[in-house]
Amino acid sequence: MTDQIFANSAAEVELLSFRLADQEYSVDIMSVREIRGWTRATPLPHAPAHVRGVINLRGTVLPVVDLSTRLGMAPVAGDARNVIIVVQLGGQNAGLLVDAVSDIVAVPRAALRPPPDLAADAAHNFISALTILDGRMIRVLNLAAVLPDATVEAA
Amino acid sequence: MTQDPMAEIRASFFVECEELLERLQDALTAIEAGDHDPETINVVFRAVHSIKGGAGAFALLPLVAFAHRFETVLDALRSGQMQPSPEAIKRFFQAADLMQDHVRAARDGTAGPANADEVLQALEALAGPPAEKPLAEVAEFQPLALVLDLDADPGIADSAEPQTAWQVFFAPHAALYATGNEPLHLLRALSALGTVETRCAYPAAPDLIDLDPEAAWLAWQITLAGEVGVDDIREVFDFVEGVCALEIGPAGGTNACTPGGQTETTQPRPAALHLPAAEAAPARASGPPPQPTLAAKAAESATVRVDLERIDRLVNLVGELVINQAMLAQSVAEAGLAPSSAVANGLEAFMMLTRDLQDSVMMIRAQPVKPLFQRMARIVREASAAIGKEVRLHPEGEATEVDKTVIERLADPLTHMVRNAVDHGLETPEARQRAGKPREGLVTLRAMHRAGRVLIEVEDDGAGINRAKVREIAISRGLIAADAVLSNAEIDALLFLPGFSTATTVSALSGRGVGMDVVRQAIQSLGGRVTITSDPGLGSKFSISLPLTLAVLDGMVVQVAGQKLVVPLSSILETAALTQDDIRALGPQTHVISVRGAIVPLYDLGTELGFRQPRSSYDGSIVLFCVLDNGSSAALAVDAILEQRQVVIKGLQKAYGHIPGVAAATILGDGQIALILDPADLVRSATGHTRAIALALAG
Amino acid sequence: MTLTVLAVDDSRTMRDMLKLSLSEAGFTLHLAEDGVHGLEVLADISPDAIISDINMPRLDGFGFIEAVRAQAKHRTTPILVLTTESAPELKARARAAGATGWIVKPFDPPKLVKALHMVAG
Repeated sequence: MTDQIFANSAAEVELLSFRLADQEYSVDIMSVREIRGWTRATPLPHAPAHVRGVINLRGTVLPVVDLSTRLGMAPVAGDARNVIIVVQLGGQNAGLLVDAVSDIVAVPRAALRPPPDLAADAAHNFISALTILDGRMIRVLNLAAVLPDATVEAA
Repeated sequence: MTQDPMAEIRASFFVECEELLERLQDALTAIEAGDHDPETINVVFRAVHSIKGGAGAFALLPLVAFAHRFETVLDALRSGQMQPSPEAIKRFFQAADLMQDHVRAARDGTAGPANADEVLQALEALAGPPAEKPLAEVAEFQPLALVLDLDADPGIADSAEPQTAWQVFFAPHAALYATGNEPLHLLRALSALGTVETRCAYPAAPDLIDLDPEAAWLAWQITLAGEVGVDDIREVFDFVEGVCALEIGPAGGTNACTPGGQTETTQPRPAALHLPAAEAAPARASGPPPQPTLAAKAAESATVRVDLERIDRLVNLVGELVINQAMLAQSVAEAGLAPSSAVANGLEAFMMLTRDLQDSVMMIRAQPVKPLFQRMARIVREASAAIGKEVRLHPEGEATEVDKTVIERLADPLTHMVRNAVDHGLETPEARQRAGKPREGLVTLRAMHRAGRVLIEVEDDGAGINRAKVREIAISRGLIAADAVLSNAEIDALLFLPGFSTATTVSALSGRGVGMDVVRQAIQSLGGRVTITSDPGLGSKFSISLPLTLAVLDGMVVQVAGQKLVVPLSSILETAALTQDDIRALGPQTHVISVRGAIVPLYDLGTELGFRQPRSSYDGSIVLFCVLDNGSSAALAVDAILEQRQVVIKGLQKAYGHIPGVAAATILGDGQIALILDPADLVRSATGHTRAIALALAG
Repeated sequence: MTLTVLAVDDSRTMRDMLKLSLSEAGFTLHLAEDGVHGLEVLADISPDAIISDINMPRLDGFGFIEAVRAQAKHRTTPILVLTTESAPELKARARAAGATGWIVKPFDPPKLVKALHMVAG
């Protein structure tokens, strides 16, 4: 699963980078459908804490995951500055609530490193690769691990 | 839609088969009821016949073989050789069921029914000796066989070897022209086989004034050179055998015996050849060029087959439109426009159109319940035969239309209920006789529209529910306390509790551990309710109430802990304002309220959904009295009732898993998503403590 | 030249198949669902040939052929019977009614096309 980002043969990978607290994360731009401003989500009863609820995405019901909570950090405030990144994985759409979107960066595939094997790190499973760009460390998110269906399976 | 056209026709053939099978059932039912109109028997015959014809085209040989034997028996019925005795009709129904199995097996590529031969043999015995044809005809249904004519002259068969030259004498009779045959085309086809030399002979041409234009005057002597078999020549004249004199022999043989005449090649001048049959000029030569007619067009557009996906897309889009229209209405209201303003009026018209459009779109998905009821008729036939009971199924309201998906998903629970009625509801013929009832039990299957919902009832005239026994079982299974005070309705409702089964021995039919609780669950997942009523000695009735469609729902929008929720209107009995005085505490967190003498468990919706902590006071709350599927009721406390409206149901993706108490979601006028509540599920999955109370109270 | 054909059959599957095979072969095809419907359609067209089933509701093939032959403008229009039946007495009946030819289902499209050309040019 963590090898997903390495499996592609293209020389470069384009990443959408975003901020969570003071850390920088990214997702493969190919998984990103759109970016939306913050909308109040309808909470789902008895849902895990990181499932923020559901929003109306042009007539469909879109689950929104608070990525910060998911990664074991304090919840995203949920205000006008926050954004929802709509991603698609395996035919299913989901929204990732993040603090702010930073940039789109092209990274040579060769520059991606597998994450060091630090089992103690709670967020470890959610990271598929790391790269250094202009001295900043960018974490590439393993979408399959953070999305709701994985949550349900794990439960 | 770039499918293989033959695959499409094949798929449509199976659809047609289902329609024909339905017609077959109807006609058999009519015959059983005493309809001896020859046309009714013809309908039966034609249904089987058409299925055979189509099956032959797709080389579905087991189906063809079965249909052929069935058809042969039906032919005996049609000709009066066989009488529609009760025994015969019973067998006809069985054969119709088997035919359906054969059709499904052919469609799905599975093995056909095993007991077909037995039923056919029984029918054949009833029909008496067959009218000579079976074997030879079955052979014709090899795929793509084209049998042009059976009247082939056996005398020529032995000289099938290709010759290099043939003599053909061809003299049409008047009947050749009368049946629309045209010598010119035949001569032309002959010339395509080899080099021909044709001489036309008119033995005794009368004066024109005496010439009968209807009579046949001409004959032809043709010499054909080339590597041609006699069968090739015979094939050319296939359709005209019997309506002409035809002699075929090797060139130079003795049978070329025509009087001399002028010689022509087979690019003859049509006028000369047409002379004897002036009126035989093809109709296309005169009159305007053919135009597609209105009648033909109308016939083709009477029904349209549409991919279900397209309809669903349309349903979804109309759903969006409904939401959009609601949002627009809200904006207009917020803008403070006068109700009489042009915008408000226009919006009102728009709203009505949207509603009409929605209804019309829903109608596309609606189908009559008839095929479903026919399936049940079969279940009754098989189930009653298996346990030696005499049962008649009486369907009512078969034309009632219900959403296609509802019908499909209703099949399993209904099957189970019908089996139950035959197996447990009805007594044995002997017991019925002792009770002064007719030996034959009656199961009535009813469908009707009522108050925007569909009501389906399964009623039997059996012994009714043995309440003492039900109670005993419920106590022995620990479902109720030994001293519980239960009303009759509450005892009947025990049947729906998981694990309950009235049969002391597991019967072959309805046993297998599938109880009425599974039926209830299936109905609930369709947004429906099932209830039971029973009169000792007179029978039981199961009533299923279903929404007309799974796409929209009439709901009450309520507010709970700052969230808007939709409660299906169908589950709400009444609403009331609540004061703390109405409430009795049964424990620290469990409360009941008494309404008109009945004690009803109370649930705080916000607490049950995990939106807030249990509250100390219910003052100012509003309660919704909801009817649960087991006939009991529960009170749900909410903060406020906002409005009643129709909402479009949006499925929650499977990814969330089952959310207790939540059926689906919808989008409200403000664009926000609201969850649609399932009160019965909410009560079922309420905290263990509350549930125990609820059970004790409601049974 | 394009030949116009009227095909009368109560089986939708058979009509679909005729439509497919005859349209592919370049015929202009009109369809009708039974004898009565066939006569209605025929009122407005002059086909070069007619194909008819025998077992049909309302008006069967025999009745249909007789009715067609009774119309002056269709006295010589070729009519092919396309049916699963092959009993000689039924064929004799069809011929007496005025049928031009008899083809047993299931049909082989190229042969049907050939037969149509044989009777209609």
